[in-house]
Amino acid sequence: MKNDNRTHPLIHLFLIAGCLVCIVPFWLILMVSLTGQKALAKDGYRFWPRDIDPEAYRFLLHDAAPIVRSFGVSILTTAIGTVVSLLVTSALAFALSRKEFPLRGFLNVYVLFTMLFGGGLLPWYLVYTKFLHLQNTLWVLIIPGLLGGFNVFVMRTFFTTSIPPSLVDSAQIDGAGELRTYASITLPLSLPVLATIGLFSTVGYWNDWFRSLVFISDDRLYNLQYFLYNTLMNAQYLQAVADKAHIAAAVSPIQPLEELRMAMAIIAVTPIAIVFPFLQKYFVKGLTIGAVKG
Amino acid sequence: MEAVKGAASAVHADQPSRTKKFLRALWKSRALLLLALPGFLLLFVNNYLPMFGIFLAFKDFNYAKGIWGSEWNGLENFKFLFATGDIKFVVLHTLLYNLVFLIVNTTLSVLLALVLHEVKNKWAAKFYQSTLILPNFISMVIVAYLVFGFLNPELGFVNKSILEPLHREGISWYMSPQYWPYILTFVNVWKNVGFGSVIYLATIVGIDKEYYEAAMLDGAGKWKQMTSITLPFLYPVIVILTLLSIGHIFNADFGLFYQVTLDAGNLRSTTEVIDTYVYHALLVSGDTNLASSAGLLQSVVGFALVVAFNAAVRKISRDKALF
Repeated sequence: MKNDNRTHPLIHLFLIAGCLVCIVPFWLILMVSLTGQKALAKDGYRFWPRDIDPEAYRFLLHDAAPIVRSFGVSILTTAIGTVVSLLVTSALAFALSRKEFPLRGFLNVYVLFTMLFGGGLLPWYLVYTKFLHLQNTLWVLIIPGLLGGFNVFVMRTFFTTSIPPSLVDSAQIDGAGELRTYASITLPLSLPVLATIGLFSTVGYWNDWFRSLVFISDDRLYNLQYFLYNTLMNAQYLQAVADKAHIAAAVSPIQPLEELRMAMAIIAVTPIAIVFPFLQKYFVKGLTIGAVKG
Repeated sequence: MEAVKGAASAVHADQPSRTKKFLRALWKSRALLLLALPGFLLLFVNNYLPMFGIFLAFKDFNYAKGIWGSEWNGLENFKFLFATGDIKFVVLHTLLYNLVFLIVNTTLSVLLALVLHEVKNKWAAKFYQSTLILPNFISMVIVAYLVFGFLNPELGFVNKSILEPLHREGISWYMSPQYWPYILTFVNVWKNVGFGSVIYLATIVGIDKEYYEAAMLDGAGKWKQMTSITLPFLYPVIVILTLLSIGHIFNADFGLFYQVTLDAGNLRSTTEVIDTYVYHALLVSGDTNLASSAGLLQSVVGFALVVAFNAAVRKISRDKALF
């Protein structure tokens, strides 16, 4: 019997090519952000710029206020959103996992239906603007993303399949109420699913720009993604950012607009790029957990 | 007759005590009620209130008159929606893009999973997988920047470093709709295939090794093992995921079609999908009637599709179905 323990070199070649396709666009943006202005005007965007010059970053440092502010909005909404989302999702999932709960059947359908049918953009928009009057507040960046039916079912499945019922029963015989069971038995034993859903929630909040696009017009409440969106879509906005930095810096009369734009994209990617290698196994786990029936 | 009457009165007598029993059970589980309440309210506000709002599609909505004050106008909005003719193309785009994405993504994801499974070195396998799923965690805004890096008409890599040295004229990418079906399909593959392969890989890893050992004893080569063991195991997963995706074929990836195209007006003839159409109607041209009727159309057809295809999945595998 042939014991084939070697990987065919073609397979490595194929996968390396695939990985390059994934990485190379980021490299291009990074290099553009580091290209000197004159080289950029002459050669365009290049993978190996003739002249490396971090002037865009220096430029941004002079008046970092709008970027720091948008970072702040992103960090705040992501942190609050993720924590509250985990609490609310796990609480509902816990109630749904308890066989004794008389409303279990009704709530299951109630949650499931939100995954099948939606009212559409206009009514959703009106609920937040005309009923709740939350446009141009941080709340509207947080509340709509707090609860997803899918996550509730993933957690409920975890609670019912991975937590030994005998443990819950014996705790309750010992006089622990439901709240206590939830807080001191179920949650501590559910760290894997909490980590996974928490990570997906974090990425969701960090990457969100749609809620800002629809609800936010006050530029003090721009989150990082929406700030970036504006600098890409709207040349005047970029110019305004550059002008502000320019006045503060009192440097060269020509502004490095293109590099500035790309430097901001790099700054926005960096947090994910840093944490990603450490957390990717949870992402993979999350996807396979998601394959379990809701 | 008597017996039926007796049973009926017994049920009747039972009624109050059953309600009472239910209420008592509810009171007993008030702690659970309390835990479920915040989630219940959030879904009510974010999902159910908008559902009640679908009746706006049958009103001549006016911000000044408000939701209740606006007048009913029957099917006028829908007549107008279909009269413009745009909706046909928009629906067609949505269906075609989703269909192409589904076919290309599924094929490449399965292929990638098969290839990844052949990597014996643990460290290398992990590295490949992490790198390939990275694009999935990048926001569409950043993706738009990455694409812009290549396609920027004045300075972009393609025009400046590929076409210029070849003495070819640069292409105004953001004004040339004919290229975008390919560009968007590529971007979609770039963003989703790595992640998509994970679930197939998980299935392959879960296949009992004994099948392969037995096959090897019988002298089956790699190719034979793949076609006779791995693919048959993957087949039900492929079918189920495909059916579930077809259920969502009426919903486009708004970020892809809005951000990556930089929402360029010139590209709409090939890139406008239902989601961007509703968005433009609502927040750009302010035509709420168009937005609400197109939105309702999308919700209702989408719902019917999800239910129908879920029923199909149920037939194949009960526990893979959504409900």
